[in-house]
Amino acid sequence: MDDASSIGWLGLALSTILVVITIVLSLWRQLGLTREIVTACVRAAAQLAVVGLALGLVIDDDAPLVFSWIWIVGMVAFAAQSTQNRVGDRLSVRAVAAAAYGAATAAAIAVLFGLQVFPLEARALVPLAGMMVGNALGAVVLVAKRLIAEVDEHGDEVEARLALGLTARDAFAPHARRALRQALIPQIEKTKAVGIVFLPGAMVGLVLAGVDAQDAVLVQAAVMFLVLGSVAITATVMTLGVSRALFTPDHRLRRHFE
Amino acid sequence: MATELSGFTVDGVTQRRGGRITLDSVDLTIAASGITALIGRSGAGKSSLLRLLNGLDVPDAGTVRWHGVDLADLDMTEHRRRVAHVAQRAIPFDGTVADNLRVAAPTATDERVGDLLRQVGIAHLVEQDATTLSGGEAQRMCIARALVNEPEVILADEPTSALDPEARDGVESLAADIVGDGVAWVWVSHDAAQTRRLADRVVVMDEGRVLASGTTEQIADHAEPAVRRALED
Repeated sequence: MDDASSIGWLGLALSTILVVITIVLSLWRQLGLTREIVTACVRAAAQLAVVGLALGLVIDDDAPLVFSWIWIVGMVAFAAQSTQNRVGDRLSVRAVAAAAYGAATAAAIAVLFGLQVFPLEARALVPLAGMMVGNALGAVVLVAKRLIAEVDEHGDEVEARLALGLTARDAFAPHARRALRQALIPQIEKTKAVGIVFLPGAMVGLVLAGVDAQDAVLVQAAVMFLVLGSVAITATVMTLGVSRALFTPDHRLRRHFE
Repeated sequence: MATELSGFTVDGVTQRRGGRITLDSVDLTIAASGITALIGRSGAGKSSLLRLLNGLDVPDAGTVRWHGVDLADLDMTEHRRRVAHVAQRAIPFDGTVADNLRVAAPTATDERVGDLLRQVGIAHLVEQDATTLSGGEAQRMCIARALVNEPEVILADEPTSALDPEARDGVESLAADIVGDGVAWVWVSHDAAQTRRLADRVVVMDEGRVLASGTTEQIADHAEPAVRRALED
Protein backbone atom coordinates (compact mmCIF):
# COMPACT_ATOMS: atom_id res chain seq x y z
CA MET A 1 0.00 0.00 0.00
CA ASP A 2 2.80 2.37 -0.86
CA ASP A 3 0.69 4.04 -3.57
CA ALA A 4 -2.01 6.15 -1.88
CA SER A 5 -4.20 6.00 -4.99
CA SER A 6 -4.61 2.21 -4.76
CA ILE A 7 -5.44 0.73 -1.34
CA GLY A 8 -6.36 -2.80 -2.55
CA TRP A 9 -8.83 -5.23 -0.96
CA LEU A 10 -6.81 -5.42 2.25
CA GLY A 11 -6.90 -1.66 2.59
CA LEU A 12 -10.66 -1.67 2.11
CA ALA A 13 -11.07 -4.45 4.66
CA LEU A 14 -8.96 -2.58 7.21
CA SER A 15 -10.99 0.62 6.67
CA THR A 16 -14.09 -1.25 7.87
CA ILE A 17 -12.57 -1.03 11.38
CA LEU A 18 -14.05 2.49 11.38
CA VAL A 19 -17.47 1.04 10.55
CA VAL A 20 -17.08 -1.37 13.46
CA ILE A 21 -16.26 1.60 15.72
CA THR A 22 -19.43 3.31 14.49
CA ILE A 23 -21.49 0.20 15.29
CA VAL A 24 -19.90 -0.07 18.75
CA LEU A 25 -20.74 3.57 19.46
CA SER A 26 -24.33 2.96 18.35
CA LEU A 27 -24.63 -0.09 20.61
CA TRP A 28 -22.96 1.64 23.56
CA ARG A 29 -25.25 4.70 23.36
CA GLN A 30 -28.28 2.46 22.60
CA LEU A 31 -29.09 4.41 19.43
CA GLY A 32 -30.81 1.51 17.71
CA LEU A 33 -28.98 2.33 14.48
CA THR A 34 -26.86 -0.79 14.07
CA ARG A 35 -28.99 -2.28 11.34
CA GLU A 36 -29.14 1.04 9.47
CA ILE A 37 -25.35 1.47 9.67
CA VAL A 38 -24.69 -2.01 8.31
CA THR A 39 -27.30 -1.58 5.58
CA ALA A 40 -25.90 1.82 4.61
CA CYS A 41 -22.32 0.54 4.38
CA VAL A 42 -23.20 -2.63 2.44
CA ARG A 43 -25.44 -0.63 0.13
CA ALA A 44 -22.75 2.01 -0.42
CA ALA A 45 -20.15 -0.66 -1.22
CA ALA A 46 -22.50 -2.44 -3.63
CA GLN A 47 -23.54 0.80 -5.35
CA LEU A 48 -19.94 1.91 -5.70
CA ALA A 49 -18.95 -1.49 -7.08
CA VAL A 50 -21.66 -1.29 -9.77
CA VAL A 51 -20.88 2.36 -10.50
CA GLY A 52 -17.17 1.54 -10.62
CA LEU A 53 -17.76 -1.13 -13.25
CA ALA A 54 -20.05 1.11 -15.32
CA LEU A 55 -17.80 4.13 -14.90
CA GLY A 56 -14.84 2.04 -16.01
CA LEU A 57 -16.60 1.37 -19.30
CA VAL A 58 -17.67 4.99 -19.75
CA ILE A 59 -14.37 6.69 -18.98
CA ASP A 60 -12.24 4.14 -20.76
CA ASP A 61 -9.95 5.94 -23.19
CA ASP A 62 -11.38 3.93 -26.09
CA ALA A 63 -15.04 4.50 -25.12
CA PRO A 64 -16.97 6.95 -27.34
CA LEU A 65 -17.90 10.26 -25.65
CA VAL A 66 -21.58 9.59 -26.30
CA PHE A 67 -21.46 7.09 -23.40
CA SER A 68 -20.60 10.01 -21.10
CA TRP A 69 -23.51 12.07 -22.37
CA ILE A 70 -25.88 9.14 -21.84
CA TRP A 71 -24.45 8.75 -18.34
CA ILE A 72 -25.14 12.43 -17.59
CA VAL A 73 -28.71 12.26 -18.92
CA GLY A 74 -29.31 9.22 -16.71
CA MET A 75 -27.82 11.02 -13.74
CA VAL A 76 -30.11 14.03 -14.26
CA ALA A 77 -33.16 11.77 -14.56
CA PHE A 78 -32.18 9.85 -11.42
CA ALA A 79 -31.58 13.10 -9.50
CA ALA A 80 -35.00 14.42 -10.59
CA GLN A 81 -36.69 11.24 -9.33
CA SER A 82 -34.67 11.34 -6.13
CA THR A 83 -35.77 14.96 -5.61
CA GLN A 84 -39.42 13.95 -6.07
CA ASN A 85 -39.01 11.12 -3.54
CA ARG A 86 -37.50 13.45 -0.95
CA VAL A 87 -40.01 16.28 -1.47
CA GLY A 88 -42.92 13.83 -1.17
CA ASP A 89 -46.03 13.36 -3.27
CA ARG A 90 -47.73 16.58 -2.20
CA LEU A 91 -46.50 18.43 -5.24
CA SER A 92 -45.15 17.06 -8.52
CA VAL A 93 -41.65 18.52 -8.93
CA ARG A 94 -39.99 15.86 -11.11
CA ALA A 95 -40.16 17.78 -14.39
CA VAL A 96 -39.06 21.08 -12.83
CA ALA A 97 -36.18 19.34 -11.05
CA ALA A 98 -35.05 17.71 -14.31
CA ALA A 99 -35.14 21.12 -15.99
CA ALA A 100 -33.15 22.63 -13.09
CA TYR A 101 -30.41 19.97 -13.21
CA GLY A 102 -30.41 20.14 -17.00
CA ALA A 103 -29.99 23.92 -17.03
CA ALA A 104 -27.15 23.82 -14.50
CA THR A 105 -25.41 20.99 -16.36
CA ALA A 106 -25.66 22.84 -19.67
CA ALA A 107 -24.30 26.06 -18.15
CA ALA A 108 -21.45 24.29 -16.35
CA ILE A 109 -20.45 22.28 -19.40
CA ALA A 110 -20.54 25.41 -21.56
CA VAL A 111 -18.19 27.25 -19.18
CA LEU A 112 -15.82 24.47 -18.15
CA PHE A 113 -15.50 22.68 -21.47
CA GLY A 114 -16.55 25.39 -23.91
CA LEU A 115 -13.85 27.69 -22.50
CA GLN A 116 -11.44 24.71 -22.25
CA VAL A 117 -10.91 24.97 -18.49
CA PHE A 118 -10.94 21.16 -18.60
CA PRO A 119 -10.40 18.97 -21.67
CA LEU A 120 -13.65 17.58 -23.07
CA GLU A 121 -13.08 13.92 -22.28
CA ALA A 122 -15.03 11.34 -20.31
CA ARG A 123 -12.50 11.31 -17.46
CA ALA A 124 -13.34 14.99 -16.73
CA LEU A 125 -16.94 15.22 -17.97
CA VAL A 126 -18.53 12.44 -15.96
CA PRO A 127 -16.98 13.15 -12.52
CA LEU A 128 -17.54 16.90 -12.81
CA ALA A 129 -21.17 16.46 -13.82
CA GLY A 130 -21.61 14.01 -10.95
CA MET A 131 -20.07 16.46 -8.51
CA MET A 132 -22.37 19.18 -9.74
CA VAL A 133 -25.63 17.22 -9.68
CA GLY A 134 -24.81 15.54 -6.37
CA ASN A 135 -24.09 18.80 -4.60
CA ALA A 136 -27.11 20.54 -6.13
CA LEU A 137 -29.51 17.82 -4.97
CA GLY A 138 -29.57 18.98 -1.34
CA ALA A 139 -30.23 22.60 -2.28
CA VAL A 140 -32.95 21.63 -4.75
CA VAL A 141 -34.79 19.50 -2.19
CA LEU A 142 -34.38 22.21 0.45
CA VAL A 143 -35.76 24.98 -1.74
CA ALA A 144 -38.77 22.89 -2.84
CA LYS A 145 -39.64 21.95 0.75
CA ARG A 146 -39.14 25.53 1.90
CA LEU A 147 -41.44 26.91 -0.82
CA ILE A 148 -44.20 24.50 0.21
CA ALA A 149 -43.64 25.47 3.86
CA GLU A 150 -43.95 29.18 2.92
CA VAL A 151 -47.45 28.46 1.58
CA ASP A 152 -48.39 26.49 4.70
CA GLU A 153 -47.03 29.10 7.10
CA HIS A 154 -47.70 32.34 5.21
CA GLY A 155 -50.60 31.52 2.88
CA ASP A 156 -52.75 34.27 4.42
CA GLU A 157 -50.05 36.84 3.71
CA VAL A 158 -49.73 35.67 0.11
CA GLU A 159 -53.50 35.84 -0.37
CA ALA A 160 -53.60 39.31 1.22
CA ARG A 161 -51.26 40.46 -1.57
CA LEU A 162 -53.25 38.65 -4.26
CA ALA A 163 -56.44 40.25 -2.92
CA LEU A 164 -54.91 43.68 -3.55
CA GLY A 165 -54.47 42.86 -7.24
CA LEU A 166 -50.85 41.69 -7.27
CA THR A 167 -49.87 38.99 -9.75
CA ALA A 168 -49.01 35.56 -8.36
CA ARG A 169 -45.33 36.20 -9.04
CA ASP A 170 -45.30 39.51 -7.17
CA ALA A 171 -47.45 38.21 -4.32
CA PHE A 172 -45.09 35.29 -3.74
CA ALA A 173 -41.82 37.14 -4.43
CA PRO A 174 -40.82 37.80 -0.77
CA HIS A 175 -41.44 34.14 0.08
CA ALA A 176 -39.61 32.81 -2.98
CA ARG A 177 -36.68 35.10 -2.13
CA ARG A 178 -36.57 33.80 1.45
CA ALA A 179 -36.66 30.15 0.33
CA LEU A 180 -33.93 30.69 -2.25
CA ARG A 181 -31.68 32.48 0.24
CA GLN A 182 -32.06 29.60 2.70
CA ALA A 183 -31.11 27.11 0.00
CA LEU A 184 -28.02 29.03 -1.13
CA ILE A 185 -26.57 30.10 2.21
CA PRO A 186 -25.26 26.62 3.22
CA GLN A 187 -23.30 26.32 -0.04
CA ILE A 188 -21.93 29.86 0.33
CA GLU A 189 -20.84 29.03 3.90
CA LYS A 190 -19.27 25.80 2.68
CA THR A 191 -17.39 27.71 -0.01
CA LYS A 192 -16.10 30.13 2.62
CA ALA A 193 -14.89 27.30 4.86
CA VAL A 194 -13.15 25.25 2.20
CA GLY A 195 -9.49 24.65 2.89
CA ILE A 196 -9.77 25.88 6.48
CA VAL A 197 -12.48 23.76 8.05
CA PHE A 198 -12.46 20.89 5.57
CA LEU A 199 -10.59 19.57 2.56
CA PRO A 200 -13.08 18.64 -0.12
CA GLY A 201 -13.26 15.27 -1.84
CA ALA A 202 -11.80 16.22 -5.19
CA MET A 203 -8.71 17.74 -3.61
CA VAL A 204 -8.23 14.82 -1.23
CA GLY A 205 -8.56 12.43 -4.16
CA LEU A 206 -6.01 14.27 -6.25
CA VAL A 207 -3.51 14.55 -3.40
CA LEU A 208 -3.93 10.84 -2.60
CA ALA A 209 -3.36 10.10 -6.27
CA GLY A 210 -0.02 11.90 -6.04
CA VAL A 211 -0.95 15.13 -7.84
CA ASP A 212 1.01 18.22 -6.81
CA ALA A 213 -0.82 20.11 -4.02
CA GLN A 214 -0.79 23.35 -6.01
CA ASP A 215 -2.44 21.66 -9.01
CA ALA A 216 -4.94 19.98 -6.71
CA VAL A 217 -5.84 23.38 -5.25
CA LEU A 218 -6.47 24.84 -8.70
CA VAL A 219 -8.75 21.96 -9.66
CA GLN A 220 -10.55 22.12 -6.33
CA ALA A 221 -11.15 25.86 -6.61
CA ALA A 222 -12.65 25.36 -10.08
CA VAL A 223 -14.80 22.52 -8.72
CA MET A 224 -16.01 24.67 -5.82
CA PHE A 225 -17.01 27.44 -8.23
CA LEU A 226 -18.71 24.83 -10.40
CA VAL A 227 -20.66 23.54 -7.42
CA LEU A 228 -21.61 27.03 -6.22
CA GLY A 229 -22.81 28.02 -9.69
CA SER A 230 -24.71 24.75 -10.10
CA VAL A 231 -26.43 25.09 -6.75
CA ALA A 232 -27.44 28.67 -7.62
CA ILE A 233 -28.76 27.75 -11.07
CA THR A 234 -30.66 24.62 -9.98
CA ALA A 235 -32.16 26.31 -6.90
CA THR A 236 -33.22 29.35 -8.96
CA VAL A 237 -34.83 27.28 -11.73
CA MET A 238 -36.51 25.16 -9.06
CA THR A 239 -37.82 28.26 -7.29
CA LEU A 240 -39.27 29.65 -10.50
CA GLY A 241 -40.86 26.33 -11.48
CA VAL A 242 -42.28 25.41 -8.07
CA SER A 243 -43.55 28.97 -7.47
CA ARG A 244 -45.43 28.73 -10.73
CA ALA A 245 -46.91 25.35 -9.78
CA LEU A 246 -48.25 26.77 -6.51
CA PHE A 247 -50.64 29.14 -8.35
CA THR A 248 -53.35 28.82 -10.97
CA PRO A 249 -53.06 30.80 -14.22
CA ASP A 250 -55.68 33.24 -12.86
CA HIS A 251 -53.49 34.07 -9.85
CA ARG A 252 -55.13 31.93 -7.19
CA LEU A 253 -53.02 30.19 -4.56
CA ARG A 254 -53.33 26.41 -4.67
CA ARG A 255 -53.52 25.89 -0.94
CA HIS A 256 -54.50 22.26 -1.30
CA PHE A 257 -52.13 21.26 -4.05
CA GLU A 258 -51.64 17.67 -2.99
CA MET B 1 -82.29 33.53 -11.15
CA ALA B 2 -80.44 36.74 -10.38
CA THR B 3 -80.46 39.27 -13.24
CA GLU B 4 -79.09 42.57 -11.91
CA LEU B 5 -76.11 43.76 -13.97
CA SER B 6 -74.64 46.33 -11.56
CA GLY B 7 -72.44 44.89 -8.83
CA PHE B 8 -72.21 41.15 -8.17
CA THR B 9 -74.56 38.52 -9.54
CA VAL B 10 -74.21 35.05 -8.06
CA ASP B 11 -76.02 32.32 -10.03
CA GLY B 12 -76.46 28.79 -8.73
CA VAL B 13 -73.11 28.75 -6.98
CA THR B 14 -72.08 25.59 -5.16
CA GLN B 15 -68.72 25.05 -3.51
CA ARG B 16 -67.28 22.09 -1.63
CA ARG B 17 -64.24 22.17 0.62
CA GLY B 18 -62.78 19.12 2.32
CA GLY B 19 -65.85 17.01 1.55
CA ARG B 20 -68.21 19.62 3.02
CA ILE B 21 -70.60 21.84 1.08
CA THR B 22 -69.70 25.43 2.00
CA LEU B 23 -72.06 27.09 -0.50
CA ASP B 24 -75.19 25.35 -1.72
CA SER B 25 -76.95 26.63 -4.88
CA VAL B 26 -76.59 30.29 -3.95
CA ASP B 27 -78.45 32.88 -6.05
CA LEU B 28 -77.87 36.47 -5.06
CA THR B 29 -77.31 39.99 -6.26
CA ILE B 30 -75.14 42.46 -4.36
CA ALA B 31 -75.28 46.10 -5.38
CA ALA B 32 -72.05 48.09 -5.83
CA SER B 33 -73.29 50.83 -3.53
CA GLY B 34 -73.82 51.37 0.19
CA ILE B 35 -73.09 48.68 2.78
CA THR B 36 -74.33 45.11 2.29
CA ALA B 37 -73.92 42.92 5.36
CA LEU B 38 -73.52 39.16 5.09
CA ILE B 39 -74.69 37.67 8.37
CA GLY B 40 -75.26 34.21 9.78
CA ARG B 41 -73.78 31.65 12.13
CA SER B 42 -70.24 30.31 11.89
CA GLY B 43 -69.97 27.98 8.91
CA ALA B 44 -72.89 29.68 7.12
CA GLY B 45 -70.68 30.34 4.07
CA LYS B 46 -70.16 34.11 4.46
CA SER B 47 -66.37 34.10 4.19
CA SER B 48 -66.46 31.51 1.39
CA LEU B 49 -68.77 33.78 -0.57
CA LEU B 50 -66.51 36.78 0.02
CA ARG B 51 -63.49 34.85 -1.31
CA LEU B 52 -65.45 33.95 -4.44
CA LEU B 53 -66.36 37.60 -5.01
CA ASN B 54 -62.67 38.58 -4.82
CA GLY B 55 -61.66 35.67 -7.08
CA LEU B 56 -59.47 34.01 -4.46
CA ASP B 57 -61.58 30.86 -5.04
CA VAL B 58 -63.73 29.66 -7.92
CA PRO B 59 -67.08 27.87 -7.53
CA ASP B 60 -67.43 24.16 -8.27
CA ALA B 61 -70.72 24.97 -10.02
CA GLY B 62 -72.52 28.15 -11.03
CA THR B 63 -71.14 31.56 -11.95
CA VAL B 64 -70.16 34.79 -10.25
CA ARG B 65 -70.51 37.92 -12.39
CA TRP B 66 -69.21 41.42 -11.82
CA HIS B 67 -71.21 44.10 -13.67
CA GLY B 68 -72.64 41.29 -15.78
CA VAL B 69 -69.29 39.72 -16.78
CA ASP B 70 -68.34 36.23 -15.59
CA LEU B 71 -65.29 36.46 -13.29
CA ALA B 72 -63.73 33.65 -15.34
CA ASP B 73 -63.58 36.09 -18.27
CA LEU B 74 -61.98 38.94 -16.33
CA ASP B 75 -58.34 39.83 -15.78
CA MET B 76 -58.22 38.72 -12.16
CA THR B 77 -55.54 41.16 -10.99
CA GLU B 78 -57.54 44.06 -12.44
CA HIS B 79 -60.77 42.73 -10.89
CA ARG B 80 -59.16 42.52 -7.47
CA ARG B 81 -58.10 46.15 -7.68
CA ARG B 82 -61.75 47.02 -8.32
CA VAL B 83 -63.01 44.87 -5.41
CA ALA B 84 -60.40 44.97 -2.67
CA HIS B 85 -60.48 42.47 0.18
CA VAL B 86 -59.84 43.21 3.86
CA ALA B 87 -59.27 40.12 5.98
CA GLN B 88 -60.62 39.46 9.48
CA ARG B 89 -57.16 39.59 10.97
CA ALA B 90 -55.07 42.54 9.84
CA ILE B 91 -52.04 41.27 7.91
CA PRO B 92 -49.27 43.88 7.87
CA PHE B 93 -46.43 43.24 5.42
CA ASP B 94 -42.78 43.87 6.27
CA GLY B 95 -41.76 47.54 6.08
CA THR B 96 -43.31 50.83 7.06
CA VAL B 97 -46.95 51.81 6.81
CA ALA B 98 -46.11 53.73 3.61
CA ASP B 99 -44.34 50.65 2.21
CA ASN B 100 -47.51 48.64 2.87
CA LEU B 101 -49.62 51.00 0.79
CA ARG B 102 -47.06 50.86 -2.00
CA VAL B 103 -47.27 47.06 -2.12
CA ALA B 104 -50.68 47.58 -3.70
CA ALA B 105 -49.70 50.68 -5.70
CA PRO B 106 -45.91 50.95 -6.18
CA THR B 107 -46.16 54.34 -7.91
CA ALA B 108 -48.36 56.01 -5.27
CA THR B 109 -46.95 59.45 -4.46
CA ASP B 110 -46.14 60.60 -0.92
CA GLU B 111 -49.10 62.95 -1.20
CA ARG B 112 -51.48 60.13 -2.14
CA VAL B 113 -50.18 57.93 0.69
CA GLY B 114 -50.51 60.85 3.13
CA ASP B 115 -54.08 61.59 2.00
CA LEU B 116 -55.18 57.98 2.45
CA LEU B 117 -53.58 57.68 5.88
CA ARG B 118 -55.24 60.95 6.91
CA GLN B 119 -58.56 59.54 5.69
CA VAL B 120 -58.20 56.48 7.95
CA GLY B 121 -56.80 58.55 10.83
CA ILE B 122 -53.21 57.24 11.04
CA ALA B 123 -51.25 59.87 9.05
CA HIS B 124 -48.84 60.24 11.99
CA LEU B 125 -47.79 56.59 11.60
CA VAL B 126 -46.62 56.84 7.97
CA GLU B 127 -43.00 55.86 8.70
CA GLN B 128 -43.75 53.40 11.50
CA ASP B 129 -42.87 49.71 11.15
CA ALA B 130 -46.22 48.18 10.17
CA THR B 131 -45.65 45.06 12.24
CA THR B 132 -45.61 47.14 15.45
CA LEU B 133 -49.07 48.70 14.97
CA SER B 134 -51.93 48.01 17.39
CA GLY B 135 -54.86 45.89 16.12
CA GLY B 136 -57.02 48.93 15.36
CA GLU B 137 -54.16 50.83 13.67
CA ALA B 138 -53.23 47.78 11.60
CA GLN B 139 -56.81 47.30 10.44
CA ARG B 140 -57.03 50.99 9.47
CA MET B 141 -53.79 50.58 7.54
CA CYS B 142 -55.24 47.53 5.76
CA ILE B 143 -58.30 49.58 4.79
CA ALA B 144 -56.04 52.37 3.46
CA ARG B 145 -54.07 49.70 1.57
CA ALA B 146 -57.32 48.43 0.05
CA LEU B 147 -58.32 51.97 -0.92
CA VAL B 148 -55.07 52.90 -2.64
CA ASN B 149 -56.20 51.58 -6.04
CA GLU B 150 -59.57 53.38 -5.76
CA PRO B 151 -61.77 50.25 -5.65
CA GLU B 152 -65.52 50.31 -6.28
CA VAL B 153 -66.15 47.82 -3.48
CA ILE B 154 -64.34 46.74 -0.33
CA LEU B 155 -64.99 43.14 0.69
CA ALA B 156 -64.45 43.04 4.45
CA ASP B 157 -64.42 39.78 6.40
CA GLU B 158 -65.42 40.70 9.97
CA PRO B 159 -62.92 43.58 9.99
CA THR B 160 -63.74 44.61 13.56
CA SER B 161 -64.05 41.22 15.25
CA ALA B 162 -60.52 41.37 16.68
CA LEU B 163 -60.77 45.00 17.83
CA ASP B 164 -61.72 46.60 21.14
CA PRO B 165 -64.99 48.63 21.18
CA GLU B 166 -63.21 51.97 20.70
CA ALA B 167 -61.22 50.74 17.69
CA ARG B 168 -64.35 49.03 16.35
CA ASP B 169 -66.33 52.31 16.52
CA GLY B 170 -63.48 54.06 14.72
CA VAL B 171 -63.49 51.54 11.85
CA GLU B 172 -67.30 51.68 11.61
CA SER B 173 -67.18 55.46 11.39
CA LEU B 174 -64.46 55.18 8.75
CA ALA B 175 -66.62 52.73 6.75
CA ALA B 176 -69.49 55.22 6.78
CA ASP B 177 -67.15 58.00 5.58
CA ILE B 178 -65.81 55.81 2.78
CA VAL B 179 -69.36 54.98 1.63
CA GLY B 180 -69.91 58.73 1.50
CA ASP B 181 -67.00 58.89 -0.97
CA GLY B 182 -68.81 56.44 -3.25
CA VAL B 183 -67.07 53.19 -2.27
CA ALA B 184 -69.40 50.27 -1.44
CA TRP B 185 -68.81 47.64 1.25
CA VAL B 186 -69.71 43.99 1.45
CA TRP B 187 -69.25 43.43 5.15
CA VAL B 188 -69.28 40.01 6.82
CA SER B 189 -70.44 40.36 10.40
CA HIS B 190 -71.36 38.24 13.38
CA ASP B 191 -72.55 41.28 15.24
CA ALA B 192 -76.32 41.96 14.90
CA ALA B 193 -76.06 45.38 16.55
CA GLN B 194 -73.28 46.41 14.19
CA THR B 195 -75.33 45.23 11.20
CA ARG B 196 -78.31 47.32 12.35
CA ARG B 197 -76.02 50.36 12.81
CA LEU B 198 -74.18 50.08 9.50
CA ALA B 199 -75.95 48.08 6.83
CA ASP B 200 -78.23 49.33 4.07
CA ARG B 201 -78.93 45.78 2.89
CA VAL B 202 -78.59 42.43 4.61
CA VAL B 203 -78.04 38.89 3.31
CA VAL B 204 -78.86 36.20 5.87
CA MET B 205 -77.02 32.91 5.33
CA ASP B 206 -77.21 29.51 6.99
CA GLU B 207 -75.46 26.23 6.15
CA GLY B 208 -74.26 27.51 2.78
CA ARG B 209 -77.65 28.81 1.68
CA VAL B 210 -79.15 32.28 1.44
CA LEU B 211 -82.17 32.39 3.76
CA ALA B 212 -83.19 35.93 2.80
CA SER B 213 -81.88 39.20 1.46
CA GLY B 214 -83.27 42.72 1.46
CA THR B 215 -83.01 46.07 3.17
CA THR B 216 -82.27 46.05 6.87
CA GLU B 217 -85.91 46.97 7.54
CA GLN B 218 -87.22 44.16 5.32
CA ILE B 219 -85.05 41.63 7.16
CA ALA B 220 -86.06 43.00 10.58
CA ASP B 221 -89.75 42.61 9.59
CA HIS B 222 -89.35 39.30 7.75
CA ALA B 223 -92.16 36.76 8.07
CA GLU B 224 -89.69 33.97 8.87
CA PRO B 225 -88.65 34.03 12.56
CA ALA B 226 -85.25 32.48 11.81
CA VAL B 227 -84.47 35.39 9.48
CA ARG B 228 -85.65 38.03 11.94
CA ARG B 229 -83.58 36.44 14.72
CA ALA B 230 -80.42 37.00 12.70
CA LEU B 231 -80.80 40.73 13.34
CA GLU B 232 -81.57 40.32 17.03
CA ASP B 233 -78.89 40.43 19.74
